[in-house]
Amino acid sequence: MTAIPAAERALRRSGAWMAVALVLVAGVYVRALVFTPEEATQGLAQKIFYIHAPSAWVAFLACGIVGVCSLLYLFLKDARLDLLAASSAEVGTVFLTTVLVTGPIWGKTIWGAWWTWDARLTLTLFLWFICLGYLVLRGAVDEPGRRARYSAVLGILGALLVPFIHVSVLLFRTLHPKPVVLQTSRPQLPGSMLLTLLLSFTVFTIFFVALLVRRYSWARLRDAQAQSQAES
Amino acid sequence: MPATADGAAPLLEVAGLAKRFGHVRALRGVDFALRAGESLAVFGPNGAGKTTLLRVLAGLLKPDAGGVSFGGARLVRGDAAHRRRVGLISHHSLLYDGLTAAENLRFYARLYSLAEPRAAVARALAGVGLEVRAGDLVGTFSRGMVQRLAIARALLHDPDVMLLDEPFSGLDQRAAATLRALLARLRAEHRTMVLVTHNIDEGLELASHVAIQVAGRFVSLGARDGDLAAYRARYAEATSRDA
Amino acid sequence: MRSLLAQAWAIAAKDLLLEFRSRTAFLSALVFTALVLAIFNFARDPTAVATIDLAPSILWITFSFAGVLALNRAFSLEKENRAIDGLLLSPASRTALFLGKTAANLVFVGAVEAIALPLFALFFNVPLLGVLGPLVLVIALATIGFVTVGTLMSSMAVNTRFGEMMLLVLVLPFLVTPVSAAASMSAKIFAARPFAEWAPWLKLLTAYDITFFVICTLVFETTVEE
Repeated sequence: MTAIPAAERALRRSGAWMAVALVLVAGVYVRALVFTPEEATQGLAQKIFYIHAPSAWVAFLACGIVGVCSLLYLFLKDARLDLLAASSAEVGTVFLTTVLVTGPIWGKTIWGAWWTWDARLTLTLFLWFICLGYLVLRGAVDEPGRRARYSAVLGILGALLVPFIHVSVLLFRTLHPKPVVLQTSRPQLPGSMLLTLLLSFTVFTIFFVALLVRRYSWARLRDAQAQSQAES
Repeated sequence: MPATADGAAPLLEVAGLAKRFGHVRALRGVDFALRAGESLAVFGPNGAGKTTLLRVLAGLLKPDAGGVSFGGARLVRGDAAHRRRVGLISHHSLLYDGLTAAENLRFYARLYSLAEPRAAVARALAGVGLEVRAGDLVGTFSRGMVQRLAIARALLHDPDVMLLDEPFSGLDQRAAATLRALLARLRAEHRTMVLVTHNIDEGLELASHVAIQVAGRFVSLGARDGDLAAYRARYAEATSRDA
Repeated sequence: MRSLLAQAWAIAAKDLLLEFRSRTAFLSALVFTALVLAIFNFARDPTAVATIDLAPSILWITFSFAGVLALNRAFSLEKENRAIDGLLLSPASRTALFLGKTAANLVFVGAVEAIALPLFALFFNVPLLGVLGPLVLVIALATIGFVTVGTLMSSMAVNTRFGEMMLLVLVLPFLVTPVSAAASMSAKIFAARPFAEWAPWLKLLTAYDITFFVICTLVFETTVEE
């Protein structure tokens, strides 16, 4: 009853932040495309890096939030933690997809191959599977309490799995010599490119937070509506 | 064998039980106390939260608020000590069709860590008249026989309180009559029981106390003080009022 | 502690007795395994790639699929007559329930693997006898890894709308470490490489098994309590 107007106000506020974040993102891309020099060997394709790297950072941040909220939920049983974890998982999946799409595009233009089982991309792929599994699980359980508990369990196990997959992939690559030598480490960037990169990391983080808050506000509103409907 | 009715202290005490599933409040504060040997029949329409109440009493569900006490000792909600003191009969048998009657009971005897499992199993089977079918697979039993074996399972560890969730559902006339006789015998043995059902015709004669539950609350609770017709009227009034 | 193990043992024994009586799940897993091995045989060109190079992949794909197939039975057999309520009603601890179910699953999957392994050696002419010791160790560790997590996941999957498909979706990412470790180690073992070459994988797999066994045991209670 009284929860709904507050939730609607929160949603409207988050909309304003989203608009600000989108303007910032647009600004960074204008800078990246127009005001940042092209990289010598890779050409225009290198500019994908300004989407790819920040997306990866933000995606891992999102997954970290899912892990922490899941763990806290098991102890505190606060439904808001569950909603935050779910929102973060959805937003994280979007950014993971971005990484998985921009990675191969970049790879194809500079290495000639769409997919090379690169350590970081492979880890991202499996993280994507875990997030997808998390979202499918949520969709498959109707009762909210059980859905929250199951999601929390999967969230914790998924978070613990990440370092193991990382080591598995690394071991696989070092012990199995690859036919193609790939330059996956971050190249030495001259000043203005480094600045653009740092700006895009910052802007993406702001964008992620705005997106997360918006999604979470929407989840809270829906929850408040469901509650008032159940009580009437 | 349970002790005979003790005049003063309640055996089973329930205070302020509340339980919600998501946004649905299944229990909104239930209170009652039963002395040893008494039996409570809870009537209510579907969705009243009767099964939820029983599952909380059985220790299968943890309540959001309130608690269940046995013999004055407030137990940690739903822990092993609590579960040891109750037996549940529901309309599902909780038995394995692929095992024999004896194997089912022996399994439960091991789960309850009974001191003399074989003797307990033999006693339980004899108590419900199924000794001859001890070596037969439960999958070959009729519904009535399954229900009797379920009672044997519930009594195996000699619980303080028996909980019955719609025990007559799905039974034909004959099986229902056998069940009624069995329950009457338990009543005569001064077993403390809580029975829930939406059908006021069943179980009223077994009860020493009657409650009517609607929308998660008891709207009426007291010693049985009338006949079936009186309760039917009261039940109809209570369910229509809160509909 | 002793009663915990006694209860777990009672639950595992009950599961295995039921399984032994009906045999359907076991036979399905065996037939499936034989089918997968046969398909691998038809799908490859023996002149192009030496069998021994493909052998670890064939072995581990077969074991993974048969294993996941087997995991479903653990909690789906408790759905009939709501038998799971009977288990939860008893004073048996939830940990005992998890340990019992996992143990039964391990025996079941282990039995399937024990039959699949000689079949594999037979169909693909892989000389196993010399390397049986290390190979069995690897198989055991990998199986413990995915059965532990799979048992936990199946306790959740059985209560969801999609059932068996849900189990597959949930468990797949968790197969990466045990299966990649096992496949890599198997390859080294078949090629008679020195232990030092596959020791890092062994450490990883052991760490995985210990971590997830502990975590799954701790969180299991949350999946069955309400």
